[in-house]
Amino acid sequence: MSVWADVVGQPEVVDELQRAVDDPARMTHAWLLTGPPGSGRSTAARAFAAALQCPQGGCGECRECRTALDGSHADVTVLATQGLSIQVKDARELAALAQRSPQVGQWQVIIIEDADRLTERAADALLKALEEPVARTVWVLCAPSLEDVIVTIRSRSRHVRLRIPSVEAVAELLHRRDGIELDTARVAARAAQSHVGLARRLARDEGARSRRRSTLALPAGLRGLGDALRAAADLDTLAKEESASSTGERDAAEKARLLEQLGADPAARTQPPYIRSQVAALERDQKTRATRLSRDVIDRSLVDLLSFYRDALVVQWGGPVELVNADLRMSVQDLANALPPEALVQAMDAIGTARERIEANVAPLLALEAMMISLQAVGAPMT
Amino acid sequence: MTSVPPLVLIAGPEQVLAERAVESTLALIREVDAGAEVVRLDGPAYEPGALALHTSPSLFGGTTVVVVRDLDEGTDDLLEEVVALAADPPMDAHVVLVHKGGNRGKRALDALKKAKARVIEAPAVKSDRDKGTFVTGEFRVARRRIAPDAVHALLEAVGKDLRELAAACAQLIADTTGTVEVETVERYYGGRVEATGFRVADAAVAGNASEALRLLRHALSGGLDPVPVVAVLASQLRQVARVAAAGRGSSASLAKELGMAPWQIDRARRAAAGWDGIRLGRAIQAVAAADFEVKGGGRDPVYAVERAVLTICRERQG
Repeated sequence: MSVWADVVGQPEVVDELQRAVDDPARMTHAWLLTGPPGSGRSTAARAFAAALQCPQGGCGECRECRTALDGSHADVTVLATQGLSIQVKDARELAALAQRSPQVGQWQVIIIEDADRLTERAADALLKALEEPVARTVWVLCAPSLEDVIVTIRSRSRHVRLRIPSVEAVAELLHRRDGIELDTARVAARAAQSHVGLARRLARDEGARSRRRSTLALPAGLRGLGDALRAAADLDTLAKEESASSTGERDAAEKARLLEQLGADPAARTQPPYIRSQVAALERDQKTRATRLSRDVIDRSLVDLLSFYRDALVVQWGGPVELVNADLRMSVQDLANALPPEALVQAMDAIGTARERIEANVAPLLALEAMMISLQAVGAPMT
Repeated sequence: MTSVPPLVLIAGPEQVLAERAVESTLALIREVDAGAEVVRLDGPAYEPGALALHTSPSLFGGTTVVVVRDLDEGTDDLLEEVVALAADPPMDAHVVLVHKGGNRGKRALDALKKAKARVIEAPAVKSDRDKGTFVTGEFRVARRRIAPDAVHALLEAVGKDLRELAAACAQLIADTTGTVEVETVERYYGGRVEATGFRVADAAVAGNASEALRLLRHALSGGLDPVPVVAVLASQLRQVARVAAAGRGSSASLAKELGMAPWQIDRARRAAAGWDGIRLGRAIQAVAAADFEVKGGGRDPVYAVERAVLTICRERQG
C-alpha cells in the first residue's frame, strides 16, 4: 500500500509530488500546498514527507514511511497550531531547525499545517530560511488558498493546488479506512461537502449528526425577533459547550502535567510566582484554543446552514447538480416552496456576512443575532 | 491611655473610606501620644517575623502603630502571624489591618474578631444614591450644606471615581462659602461629563439622539474606546429585545427565565415601550455592522459607532 492511499481524489497532485520524489531534477526546497479545508492538505504533506524519507520512494510499509505518516519521524517536523495564529517565536525555532542536516533520513522535512495562520512577523521570520535553503531541507506549507499567505512566501515556493475531492472518493476512503458502510459514508461525505474529517465525524458520531439536524431546523422556527435572538443564543451556547467539552478534560490534564514537570504541589492554594507565570501562560494558550474551537464550530454550523439555502435554490432552478443535504430533501423542498429565489440569495448573503464578521473578531453572538434577524426577515418555511 | 484597642480591623472594598479609617485611627492614637511611631507593611510583600519585630516592646518606650495594608493579598506567613497576634495582643503597640474583602485570610479575620478587635467597615459605594449620601456626608462633616440638585450635578461631572468625588467635595468646601448651589458646581465642573458606554446606550435606546451623541463624544474624548461602547449598545438592545419578546409575566419569573436581574428586566421593559420587533431587529443589525467596523473592518471606528447610535435613535423614533 502506497503512502498516497489516504490522499483521495487528487491524482494530479500525487503524480506531481511522486515525480519530485523520484527525480531529483524535479525537486525543490519549498512547496506550498493549497486547497479548501478538508481536501487533505496536511495528509498530502505528510504523505509527501513519508515518500521523501522512504528508501523506495513511498512504499507505505517501511519504518520510515510509518513514522513519517504518524508524525514521529525524527526528521519530519509538523507545526500545527490550535490557537488563532502562529507566533513569531515558533517561526524562529523552525528557521533555526531548517539549518540542520537530517539526523536519520534523507531530508529534513518541515511541514507548516496552517501557513495561513502565520502572523505577518512570523512569516517574515521564515523568509530567510525559505529563500536560502540548506541542501537537504524541504519546507511544505499548507494553506486554503494562495491569497492566504503573504506574497513573499508565495514567490519563494512551488505551488501545488489540491481540489475538492469527489463525494465518491471521500466515501470510498471512509469505507476503506474507517470501515463505514458505503451508503452512510456517501450521505456523510455529501453533507460534509467532501470535507474528509467532517464526513468521518458525521458518519461516526451521533452527536454531530443531531447537532447538524438541529442547526438546519433553525430557519423553520423563526417567527419573530424573540425567536431569532433565541436561535442565535442557542447556536452560540452550543458552540461554547462543544468547545468546552472537548477542551475541558485536556486543559486539566495539561495543567496537572505542567505542575508535575515543575515539581509544584498541585494541592497548594497559591503557587510560587515562577510557577504561577508558567501556569498563566498555559491558561492563556488554552483560552485561545477554546476561542478558536468555538469559532470553528460556529463556522461549521453556518456552512451547513448556507448549504441548506443553496440546496433550496438548486431545487427551485432544477439544476442538474446534487443536493448537499440529500438526506433532508423534504425540508429543502419546503424551503424552496416558501421563499422566492431573491430571498434565498439574501439569506445566503446574510450567512456569508456573519461568517466574515466572526472571522474579523466581531462578538459571535452579535454577528449571529444580526444574521438570524435577516433570516427571519426574508421569511421562514411553513412547518 | 487611648481609647483605641490594640487591634483594629478595617474591612471593605472602598479604598477612600479605608484610608480615612486608618487616618482617623492614627489621629486618635496621636491625641494621646503625639510621637507615636508608624510602621507601614504591605501584605503581599510581607517578610516573616516583621509583625513580631515591630510590636515587641521598645527599649525607649513610646507607642508603635503597625499599619498592614492588603491583608487579603497577604502571604501565608502574614496570616499565620496575625492569628498568633490575635491570641496574644501586644501591650504597648497598635496593629491596624486593612482587608479589602474576599475569602482569603478568613481565619485571620475570625481570630481578630474573636480577640475583640475594633472593626471599621468600608463598604463599597457604587450606586448613585450611595454616592449622593457620601457627598452630603462630606459637607455635613465640614458643617456646610449642599443643595440636592447640586449633588446631582456633581455626580454627573465627577461621579465615577469616589476618590475624585472626595477631592471635588474638598475643593468646593475650601473654595466656596455658604450653601453650595447647582450654579457653583457648574462654575467648577461645568462642561465635564463622565459618560460611560451604558449612559450612551441608555440615551440611544430611548431615542434621544442629541443626548446620546453628546455623551458619546464625552466618553470618547475621556479615553473610552469605541469597541466597548459598541458591546454595551449590543447588550442593552439585546436585553430590551429579549424582554420585549418574552411578553408578560412578573419580573422575578422573567429574570429567572432570561438569566437577568429583576431590575434589569424592569428597566428593559420601560425602554421597550416605543420599540417594535422589526425596528429593534434593524437596530441590532446596525450595531453588528458597527462592531465589524470598529474591529478593523472600517476606516473610522468613531464614525462607525456614531452612525450606529444615530441609526438606533432613528429606528426608535420610527
